[in-house]
Amino acid sequence: MSTAQIEIILIASVVAASCALIGTFLVLRKMALMSDAISHAILLGIVVMFFLTRSRASLPMILAATATGVLTVYLVELLVQTRLVKEDAAIGLVFPALFSIGVILISRYAANIHLDIDAVLLGELVFAPFDRLIVAGRDIGPKTLWLGLSVGVINLAFILLFYKELKLATFDPGLAAALGFSPVLIHYALMTLVSVTAVSSFEAVGSILVIALMIGPPAAAYLLTDRLPVMLALGVLLAVVSAVLGYLIAYLVNGSIAGSMATMTGVIFVIVLMVAPQRGLISRWSRQRRQRAQFAAEALLVHLSQHTGQPEFAAECAVTHLTGHFRWSEPFAAQIVRFARQRDWIEESDGCLRLTRAGTRVASQVMVRS
Amino acid sequence: MDRPLALEVRDLTVAYEEKPVLWDVDLEVPEGVLMAIVGPNGAGKSTLIKTVLGLVPSAAGQVRIYGQPYARRRELVGYVPQRGSVDWDFPTNALDVVLMGLYRKIGWIRRPARRERELALESLAKVGMAEYADRQISQLSGGQQQRVFLARALVQDAQVYLMDEPFAGVDATTERAIVALLRELRAAGKTLIVVHHDLQTVSEYFDWLMLLNVRHIASGPVAEVFTADNLRDAYGGRVAFVTPNAGSENGHLSEPQSLLSRGG
Repeated sequence: MSTAQIEIILIASVVAASCALIGTFLVLRKMALMSDAISHAILLGIVVMFFLTRSRASLPMILAATATGVLTVYLVELLVQTRLVKEDAAIGLVFPALFSIGVILISRYAANIHLDIDAVLLGELVFAPFDRLIVAGRDIGPKTLWLGLSVGVINLAFILLFYKELKLATFDPGLAAALGFSPVLIHYALMTLVSVTAVSSFEAVGSILVIALMIGPPAAAYLLTDRLPVMLALGVLLAVVSAVLGYLIAYLVNGSIAGSMATMTGVIFVIVLMVAPQRGLISRWSRQRRQRAQFAAEALLVHLSQHTGQPEFAAECAVTHLTGHFRWSEPFAAQIVRFARQRDWIEESDGCLRLTRAGTRVASQVMVRS
Repeated sequence: MDRPLALEVRDLTVAYEEKPVLWDVDLEVPEGVLMAIVGPNGAGKSTLIKTVLGLVPSAAGQVRIYGQPYARRRELVGYVPQRGSVDWDFPTNALDVVLMGLYRKIGWIRRPARRERELALESLAKVGMAEYADRQISQLSGGQQQRVFLARALVQDAQVYLMDEPFAGVDATTERAIVALLRELRAAGKTLIVVHHDLQTVSEYFDWLMLLNVRHIASGPVAEVFTADNLRDAYGGRVAFVTPNAGSENGHLSEPQSLLSRGG
């Protein structure tokens, strides 16, 4: 693997970790859409700053884009405060407006310069290694890598320092305000960091991958754990895995790097959604299946105990009688009889089901409970 | 009255878009009472509590806690929000939620230490939830979640407690446990202000009462305030089966259905 390839993977991993860290709080605050809004709206800031300075210098761009990101959040809140528009609609109104002003400006005045829409959406990860950071005559690596690292460190420091405040303001903003921890201040601090992260990541990986990395890995991590620190760590891990696997797949199929990385975040999410130990769909299905079998078997025990010793028992105890009495299908009836026999609740002789002593006990417990 | 006023509200008006939710409300709550705020849906009960805490801006009026504005008295006030106001799927456990009550004492940036954890555990024990400390909060029942919220307020070690419907949606055991806890706090000299919904239990649980319906209808000792006339004023003359102060064991006090459908 060439140095450039390793550098691309490093850049993508750093950006991925950074996005997942801050994205965890977006997911928990039910503000996932805000990543969409901010990562698109910052285009306007970048374009305007480009016209003002006629350069693509990083720092002014980042400042302008961050300001646009925060402006987006503010405009959304203004709209919501009118109580005429709900938050999701407000987000959908604000960012396309800002983004499209940016698009018009580019197409009208900057068509021949290096700022194009494809790059905005998908980034230019392939070219990232060519833009080097030279310090005192020495090449110390791609600029994008250093930028990503700096933002990652800022995000990590912010979350470590204000972990308790972020948690409180996210879980219970009312109490946060009552205790004097301004949830508005914390909200805007977080949104500023989302903007900084989006703009610093977006040149490398584009806005679509920024959204995918901010939401996909944390959303998957949320299904895997009950603890916030673990969720943060898992989000970062899954994001980095998505980036690395995405790069390898892009390399194998010779396709878009950002595209396959974003795809990997989706693939990983779907896998987690299926197999997560407690909240996953498969575990939920099998739990429901078990509960259904448990309930049906208990119903069977109660039915048998009601008729035990009665003259009609010979008719009621027949295995074939179950399909009629409970309206069970034959396979289901067979499954329930098997379920109950495995637990030694019933025994079968000559096609007649009888309660064992354990079964009698369970039946009476069930009746007491209900 | 020689007791100091734990809470004093003067001419408080709160409006959402020019529509008054609280209109010129006056209230004096002496120290050491266990008070219910009662009124129909949309009467502004929660809004009153939130305005006292500065969570909702007021259009006019003053709030004083032991003679000072809330911002200077934060450490004296414990708050129990409505259980439904937070997302119980949040990835954290019961102990961690209780610890949040100590965040102000801990201050910005610093983390809870062992001493704080012990306090939080003691507090959980007081509400009978010690063995659930490590339990993920979404796995708790509604009553258990309410107890965790109470433990969080207890750990604040406040003088004045504001509670927004602590009895809503809890089982009978939890309700008894909460009442016992409230009485214990009152015995320790705390002041408790509780938004309450169930007219049947007012006389049994509380010794002080405020009837509210956008305006202040009446407030004072339950024996004086809990009268048919006052209730009619508060509920717009539609409380059909009121036999107040006739012993709540056999009196049938209930809000007629029509009141429940009023917008909140």
